[in-house]
Amino acid sequence: MGEPATETGFSLRRRRTLQALGCLGALGWARAGADEPIRFGLTPVFLDDQVGFLGRWRWYLEGRLERPLQFVQRRSYDEILQLLLEGRIDFSWLCGYPYWRHRHRLALVSVPVYEGAPLYRAYLIRHAEDPHLQDLNRLRGRTFAYSDPDSNSGYLYVRHRLQQQGLDPATLFGRSFFTLAHRRVIEAVAVRLADAGAVDGYVWDVLSRRAPGITDDTRVIERSDPFGFPPVVASRHLAPTLSESMQRVLNGMHRDTDGRALLAELALDRFETAAPDLYEDIGRMADGVA
Amino acid sequence: MLLLRDLSLRYKIPLRAVVLVLITATLLTAVQVPRERDELQHDLEENARLLGITLTQNLVVPLIQDDVWRAFELLRSPLSGVDERAAERLPFALVLFDRDLRVMASSDPARYPVNAEPEALPRFRGIAPWVRASPTLPGARPLVVDENTLALVLPVVADGVTLGHLVLGYSRDGMRARAARLVQQSVIYTLALLALILPLTWYWGQRTARPLIKLADGMAQVGAGLPEDAALDLEESGDEIGRAGVAFRRMLYELRQKEALEQEVMVNERLAAVGRLAAGVAHEINNPLGGMLNAVDTFKRYGGDAEQTARTLSLIERGLLQIRDTVSALLVEARPSGKPLSLQDFEDLHTLVSADAHRQRVNFDWHVALPDVPLPLPATLVRQVVLNLLLNALQSTPPGEIITVCAHITGEYLSIQVINAGPLIPPERLGHLFEPFAGDHPRGHGLGLWVSYQIVQQLRGQIAVDSDESGTGFTVRLPLCHEED
Repeated sequence: MGEPATETGFSLRRRRTLQALGCLGALGWARAGADEPIRFGLTPVFLDDQVGFLGRWRWYLEGRLERPLQFVQRRSYDEILQLLLEGRIDFSWLCGYPYWRHRHRLALVSVPVYEGAPLYRAYLIRHAEDPHLQDLNRLRGRTFAYSDPDSNSGYLYVRHRLQQQGLDPATLFGRSFFTLAHRRVIEAVAVRLADAGAVDGYVWDVLSRRAPGITDDTRVIERSDPFGFPPVVASRHLAPTLSESMQRVLNGMHRDTDGRALLAELALDRFETAAPDLYEDIGRMADGVA
Repeated sequence: MLLLRDLSLRYKIPLRAVVLVLITATLLTAVQVPRERDELQHDLEENARLLGITLTQNLVVPLIQDDVWRAFELLRSPLSGVDERAAERLPFALVLFDRDLRVMASSDPARYPVNAEPEALPRFRGIAPWVRASPTLPGARPLVVDENTLALVLPVVADGVTLGHLVLGYSRDGMRARAARLVQQSVIYTLALLALILPLTWYWGQRTARPLIKLADGMAQVGAGLPEDAALDLEESGDEIGRAGVAFRRMLYELRQKEALEQEVMVNERLAAVGRLAAGVAHEINNPLGGMLNAVDTFKRYGGDAEQTARTLSLIERGLLQIRDTVSALLVEARPSGKPLSLQDFEDLHTLVSADAHRQRVNFDWHVALPDVPLPLPATLVRQVVLNLLLNALQSTPPGEIITVCAHITGEYLSIQVINAGPLIPPERLGHLFEPFAGDHPRGHGLGLWVSYQIVQQLRGQIAVDSDESGTGFTVRLPLCHEED
C-alpha cells in the first residue's frame, strides 16, 4: 500500500489519462450504487478451475462484505490486467510480475501466506521418462511450454535463467508455446506435448497432493529462489473504503471456520498485508530480461 | 450317405429344411458381409471427412497464432473420454503438420511428438509421401490406405493459403474388428433364425411325413396278411398321398376278393382230387386183377398139369401181393416187403403186360441187361413203378408200334427206360405230369405216374420225362446203395 516513490517516470499525458480513468471509475461506482456487484478478476495463479470452490468462496466474501460479488475469469493474464487497469473490474488475484510492472496504477490489497511465508517458487519440469533432461542446456531443439507471457514463474523466471546461462530462447527451443495456465503446462509435459515447462511451484505442489495422476508423470528439474506470492490487487480507481473492506475480509479469513476451510482448500495459511517491495526481485529479473 | 437315405422322412424333411435355411443364411451372409465392409469403409471415410473438415476450420487460428496448446486441445477433444467401441470408429491419432511439414500438435504427443517429421512417426511411414505431396494434390483426396492404416490428409486453408495439413489416422484393426463383429452378428442372427425355424420345420416335417408313414405302415402289414380297413389309419386328403391311400384301400379290397376266390377253388379242387384218388386206387387194384383173371381164364380154358397150376397160382399170388403193396404204398407209409429185386421180376412184368400188348398189337423191344443176382432194391415197389410206366406206354402207343424197355446198371444206379412211340406231350403238360390228377386220358386214372413218382422219391431216386415227335420216354434212376437209414 501507499504511493510508490518512483512516480517521476510518469509523463504528464499519462497522468492525465490516469486521472480521466479515475474519474470514470468514480463515476461508474457512484452510478452503480451499493447493489452493484464487486467484480473480482481471477487468473490461474491458483487452481481457478474449481467451480465448486469458487461458489463457496464467493458466498463467503459476499457474506462478509455484505455486497454481491462476481468472479471474472478470462483466457489470459493480460485480459484480466487490462480490465483491471480500465477499472472494469475492481480486484484481481494476479501474478507478481504484472503487478510490479503496473504497481503505480494498482493497489496491493493482500498477499497469501503459503507454508509460513508470502512466498512461492517457480519450477522447471520435465516428463518422468526423460531423465536426461536435467538442466536448461539439454533443452536444445526440444519443445517448451510456457504458462503465460505475463507470468513470473511460467515465463519471466525461465527467460531470466536462460539469459543467465547465455542461451537464446529464440534458437534454443525447437518450438515453444503458451498454455495460459500452469495446470495446462503440467498437462502438456505429462502427455509429452512439451518436453519441459515452466510452472508455478505452488500450483504443482497443490496439484501433486490433490490430483497426483497428472504430476506423477512430471519431475521438477529446478526450483527457483522464493518470490513474492501472487497478490490480490485493486484498481487505483476503487473507493479506498471498499479496498479496505476487501483487505479486512481476506486477512481475517483464517480467523473463522468457514474461512479456514476455504484457505485449506487453497492450501494457504492466510492472507496478509504486504509491501510492494516484496516483488522487487521479480522487478529486477524483469529489468534484466527486458 | 446310405444312412441318410435310410433315414425316416420324419427326420429327413426337417433336416432338409434346416439345410435349406443354413444355405440361405450362409449365402445371404456371404453377400452381405462384403457389402457391409464396403459400407463400413465408406462410413469411415465420410466420418473422417466430416471430423476433418470441422477440425481444419477450427485449426486455422491456432496455426496462424502458433498456438500449440489450443491445437492440441482441439485435436484431443474428439478422442478423449470415448469407450473402446467408439474408439474403433475414431482415428487412433490426429496429427497437425505445419507449413514446414513438421508436427505442430497431435492428439497423442507421446507417439507423435511436436516438431517430428512425418517419416519419423509410427504407422505413418506409408502416409508420409502423401503428406509431403499434399500441397500439390487436388482438394478432394481419397482415403490413403497403408498396410495397417487408413488415413485422410486434409489441408488447413485460410483465404486460399494452405497453412498446414491435418492427418486423420485410422487403424485397419478397428475396421477389421467391426467387420468381424458384423460376421459374428450375422452368425448369431442365423442361429436365432434357426432356433425359430427349426421347431417349425420339425413340426411341418412331421406333419408332412405322418400320412406317408401311416401308408407305409399299412403296406408293411400286407406281407403277414391283409389288414382290415378298420385297422388302417390313413389320412384322407386330395393330394398325392391321399390318392395313394385310396388306391391302397382299393387294392386291398381286390386282394381280399381274390383270396376268397382262391379259397373256394382250393376246396373244390381238393374234393375233385379225392375223387380222382379213389379212381386211381381202383385202377391200381384193377391192373393186377385183370392179369389174375386172365390167368384164371387161361387155366380154366385149357386146364393143365401140375406145373401149369403152380404157375397160375404163383401168378395169382404175385397179383394179390401187388394189390396189397399198392394199398400199402397209397397209405403214405410205404412198407415194402423185404424181397429184393431180381431179373425174374422183369420177366414177370413182361408176362403181365404181354397179354394186353398182344391185344393191342404192340410189340416190346425188351433190353434188360441185369446180372442174375438180387439187387438191393425192394422188388414190389420197383415192379409197381415199371408196371405203371408200361401200362401208360401201352395206352399211349398206337397199334403196330414198338415199346422199348431198357434196364441196366450204370455205376451205382439202376437205370430203367420205357420209351413209346406215342404222340407228343405238350410242354405245358410235361411239368404237371407227376401231379395226382394230371392225366386226361379217356380211361382216366391219372394216379399212376403220381404213385410212381412217390415211390421213386421214397427210394431217393429220380424220374424224368422227355417227349418229342418221335415218342415219349420215361427214365428212372434208382441208387443201388439204397438201404434203410
